Amino acid sequence: MENSINIKLKVWRQAGPKAKGRFETYELSNISTDSSFLEMLDILNEQLINKGEEPVAFDHDCREGICGMCSLYINGRPHGPDDDVTTCQLHMRKFKDGQTITIEPWRSAGFPVIKDLIVDRTAFDQIIAAGGYVSVNTGGIPDANAIPIPKPEADEAMDAASCIGCGACVAACKNGSAMLFVSAKVSQMALLPQGRVEATRRAKNMVAKMDELGFGNCTNTGACEVECPKGISLANIARLNREFLKAKLQD
Amino acid sequence: MSSTLGSSIGKKLLMSLSGLFLIMFLLVHLTVNSFLLIPDGGEFFNAGAHFMATTPAIRVIEPLLAIGFLVHILYGVKLTLENRKARGSARYASGKKTTGVTWASQNMLVLGITVGAFLVLHIAHFWVKMKLTGDPLLEHTAISIGGVETEVENAYALVNHTFSYLWIVIVYVVAAVGLAIHLSHGFWSAFQTIGFSNQIWRKRLTVLGNLFAILIGFGFSIIPILQYLFYQG
Repeated sequence: MENSINIKLKVWRQAGPKAKGRFETYELSNISTDSSFLEMLDILNEQLINKGEEPVAFDHDCREGICGMCSLYINGRPHGPDDDVTTCQLHMRKFKDGQTITIEPWRSAGFPVIKDLIVDRTAFDQIIAAGGYVSVNTGGIPDANAIPIPKPEADEAMDAASCIGCGACVAACKNGSAMLFVSAKVSQMALLPQGRVEATRRAKNMVAKMDELGFGNCTNTGACEVECPKGISLANIARLNREFLKAKLQD
Repeated sequence: MSSTLGSSIGKKLLMSLSGLFLIMFLLVHLTVNSFLLIPDGGEFFNAGAHFMATTPAIRVIEPLLAIGFLVHILYGVKLTLENRKARGSARYASGKKTTGVTWASQNMLVLGITVGAFLVLHIAHFWVKMKLTGDPLLEHTAISIGGVETEVENAYALVNHTFSYLWIVIVYVVAAVGLAIHLSHGFWSAFQTIGFSNQIWRKRLTVLGNLFAILIGFGFSIIPILQYLFYQG
């Protein structure tokens, strides 16, 4: 197996939100197949800086797949060709020697481009602020048996809570819908007794905010679920529909 | 209430409920149409058509059905336009390589338009003639319903004559296949939208939806084909 590859990058460059963007082509040689995708971009940026050019702007933070900061639409898929990983967990061994790699920002009206590969995802923060929390301070760790929670429910709540809010679901959706994200954030609390208290208000307010911000209507195609780096299930969307309709019926 | 039906989930609820209603209609329609395959010169089918034309319940359901179709079509177009706007105009230069997404789920509007175009033709072929203009083929015929001689319209003659044209048969088969593909996504999707789905039921509903789609597609194709091949003259 080769230890290093030569690649060609087609990278979206856009000076600012209003500027007209274009693809720039860069050639990189001798990239270790053990390096991560973002390390490869670091190498590119170092070369650009040494040449006195503007480095490529891209989002990144923890680089271990839990912060939800990295994005990038790589060769036709959000977070690239590997399954169930974020871009920072993607390795260059997933690419072939001499391959052209196209890197684009998330494309959706709800996520406008700020610069190069960085998009504005504050819409997700606004949706969370509309109800994605428990109002009462729950204090320290409670006694394990004080509030019994069935294991399947606890597991499903944890699975929903693994959503890192990266926005790959919106990027993959032909409808620009944020339903997978919102459904995960509603589900993680709707499944637990502590979250039930505000469940109706949460479902209504988060959906209202999602609609207000211009995200699309879910048509259950399931592209979001396929591309989600955390494997968030479409079953959460069914639960959100249920929670929302139940809440509206109670009005 | 307006805020419920005006929300994204509310609009989808209307799509879902009208879709489920139309699914019920398809089942009834196919059941009555299957009488066309009974080789009794159309007597049983004419009795069925007579029952559908005269039962008070059906008279109430008929305008409801029209509303069901209208809601489904109008909201389908409305939701698609909104979704195009939400998606924005920028496209991915590297295309979409996401695997495991069904073609049907991404082309529901196109499939719907196919079915809608067929519906116009279908209404012109039968409903207009039977309800409004009349047709010489519909001349009354006497059949016995439960031993009682009854004068009914000869709906069978009209159907039989319509399916003597090959192009009409081909159009009907194409529409039936389009409808089947539409249902292969629409069936489970309708249940997902009303919240009746989870990890287990999604699999069940998908299988059930595919079976239903095959039943409808096969049923509505085979009737005109057999009518054309074996029931003429």
